[in-house]
Amino acid sequence: MLRRFRPSRAKPQASATQYDESYYLASQRQLIWRKFRRHRLAMFSSLVILFLYSMAIFAEFYSTNDFQKRHVKYAKAPPHTLHFVDEVGNFHFSPFIYEMKQELDMNTLQRNYTEDTSKRYHLRFFTEGEPYKLLGLFETNIHLMGVDDPAVYFPFGTDEFGRDVYSRTMHAARITLSIGFVGVIVSFCLGCLIGGISGYFGGTVDLVVQRVIEFIISIPQIPLWMALSAALPSEWSSTQDYFSITVVLAVLTWPPLARAVRGKLLELREADFVMAARISNMGDMEIIVKHLLPSFASFLIVVLSLAVPGMILAETALSFLQIGIRPPAVSWGVLLQDAQNIRSLSQSPWLLIPGLFVIATVLSFNFLGDGLRDAADPYKQ
Amino acid sequence: MKSYVFQRLVYMIFLLWLVSIVTFVVIQLPPGDYLSTYISRLEQAGQDLSDEEVENLRRQYGLDLPLFPRYIKWFGQVLQGNFGFSYDWQKPVKDLIGERLAFTFTIAILSAIFTYSVAIPIGIYSATHQYSIGDYLVSLLGFFGLAIPNFMLALVMLYIAWKSYGLNLTGLISTEYMDAPWSMAKIGDLLLHLPIPIIVVGTAGTAGMIRVLRGTLLDELNKQYVITARSKGVGEVKMLFKYPVRVALNPIVSGFAWLFPSLISAGTITAYVLGLPTAGPMLLRSLITQDTFLTATLLMFITILTVIGTTVSDILLVVVDPRIRMERAAT
Repeated sequence: MLRRFRPSRAKPQASATQYDESYYLASQRQLIWRKFRRHRLAMFSSLVILFLYSMAIFAEFYSTNDFQKRHVKYAKAPPHTLHFVDEVGNFHFSPFIYEMKQELDMNTLQRNYTEDTSKRYHLRFFTEGEPYKLLGLFETNIHLMGVDDPAVYFPFGTDEFGRDVYSRTMHAARITLSIGFVGVIVSFCLGCLIGGISGYFGGTVDLVVQRVIEFIISIPQIPLWMALSAALPSEWSSTQDYFSITVVLAVLTWPPLARAVRGKLLELREADFVMAARISNMGDMEIIVKHLLPSFASFLIVVLSLAVPGMILAETALSFLQIGIRPPAVSWGVLLQDAQNIRSLSQSPWLLIPGLFVIATVLSFNFLGDGLRDAADPYKQ
Repeated sequence: MKSYVFQRLVYMIFLLWLVSIVTFVVIQLPPGDYLSTYISRLEQAGQDLSDEEVENLRRQYGLDLPLFPRYIKWFGQVLQGNFGFSYDWQKPVKDLIGERLAFTFTIAILSAIFTYSVAIPIGIYSATHQYSIGDYLVSLLGFFGLAIPNFMLALVMLYIAWKSYGLNLTGLISTEYMDAPWSMAKIGDLLLHLPIPIIVVGTAGTAGMIRVLRGTLLDELNKQYVITARSKGVGEVKMLFKYPVRVALNPIVSGFAWLFPSLISAGTITAYVLGLPTAGPMLLRSLITQDTFLTATLLMFITILTVIGTTVSDILLVVVDPRIRMERAAT
């Protein structure tokens, strides 16, 4: 993102000498890839995004416990601290945790947890635990990490029912991250269709569509989202909830996309290279496939990657207000519900950890979008 | 100029009418109505209603009419300033919403002022000090402002105020002042509570605005007229504020049109987390209890505020930028 702001006049001299023969021989795809790779923040962000989505896909593998199981003995337990040095000062190569002891403070009626340094459990990687089906296909019981029985490991602590916040966060990634994706695709289809119609027909149709878009943009989104999602019947199953929330999110996000698609269509139709292709007797189909689609596709990818974070934030907000995804289904917004007031927050601040994942996702998509925007037009200096 | 303002106002009235239809349709979407919620609550409490009583209630609340006549009836009443009756609060809607809407509007306006007074100096600074440490720091903060969900920022700030100063800053006024008459102490208390909502609501917009201002100002600074001004010996500060900054502020002024809806939006969730007496939490509750008239009125007024804000910013833009004035006058 920082490179983007370098003044445009300083670059051409520097880069003209820097480019060797291969620059002129490289295909457009190679140029895009080269330019993207130079955007280090975007490269890093795409790795983060890959990691986050791997969390969503292999949630069971990453989790240390069953995410719905209530460990009554450890309600509102703080995150375990990983130690390397034990109580007598010996260094251990593999990290370990101490078992937690619960004490009830009779004055405040709060549970306090202390570490029982006599019971040490080493963290094991690729260890056996609860059986599950990887990708819903292969039976296995290997987890990324865990500790030996009878201890349980809570990297992010537990909620008021003693459920493991870490494992819940991993599972919640499924809904939150996929809603971002699916929602953007639905809103994108709507946007492309309506924007395309508007740009193609022009005239009155265009005028009406543009006014409608202006109208929807000028309505504050969240109150309307609230109204729409509150309209969903409460007896619906999680799956129905999931799809209806996706549709609700898409209904209000297509207008900016449609506007962008229309603008780009109109711009491309008049572009010099299209005119040049037409003069050199290229067929309509060939122009569309060889010239319009490549310029359009890269543009769309950029718009899409920048639309995902808004979708994720919206889902999180709705679920947080208890009108989005409903428990027992978990999304990051649902998890954040537990940290809704100052009392629960001051007792267990670790309940905000799922929020950090939201921030990481939104930041990464923004950086990725920035990098893609630069790379989408590899000839621009 | 006058005709343009007139044209905008007519368009605004048309939008407001559209708003009334959309809100009414949206709130009719849920299956069931307030009455069914009310009846099931009575039944849970052990009271049984006869069919006749239900029918009477239905007629009393106008729920026996089909959708369209109900809208006409409602809209006719709205035009007369009668917004219906809130079943849930057992009060006329008119008496409920006034103060809440005033608070909503105040917070949105204060947040807009906050956004502008933070974003403009920072945007100018980071454009003129490109690639300085300050610039990087501000860009980084801006990205965080963009990425952190509003409600989470509100929670974190509440938590910090609670942990480090022992202050419970939920609400707008502490409970001990709630019913007290206005005094210096009460105003002081209000001033202590105001910053968190304003900062939280303002932050998301601030980040975007800094980015836009920085980008446009950088473009402007590379233009010929800046070099001309410099070569003629105009002082750097005078040159900066006389020419490029004025040009770069245009997108910021027009940005108010999208900033304002987002401030109202952000305010809704923030108010819920902070327990502010604004329209947001009331809307959420009325949605859940299906308090039709209250929902419709709130949704409508929130949107009306936004449409007015957008129209004002459009007119303002024409006043500020002579180029747009010429262009629009021609059409």
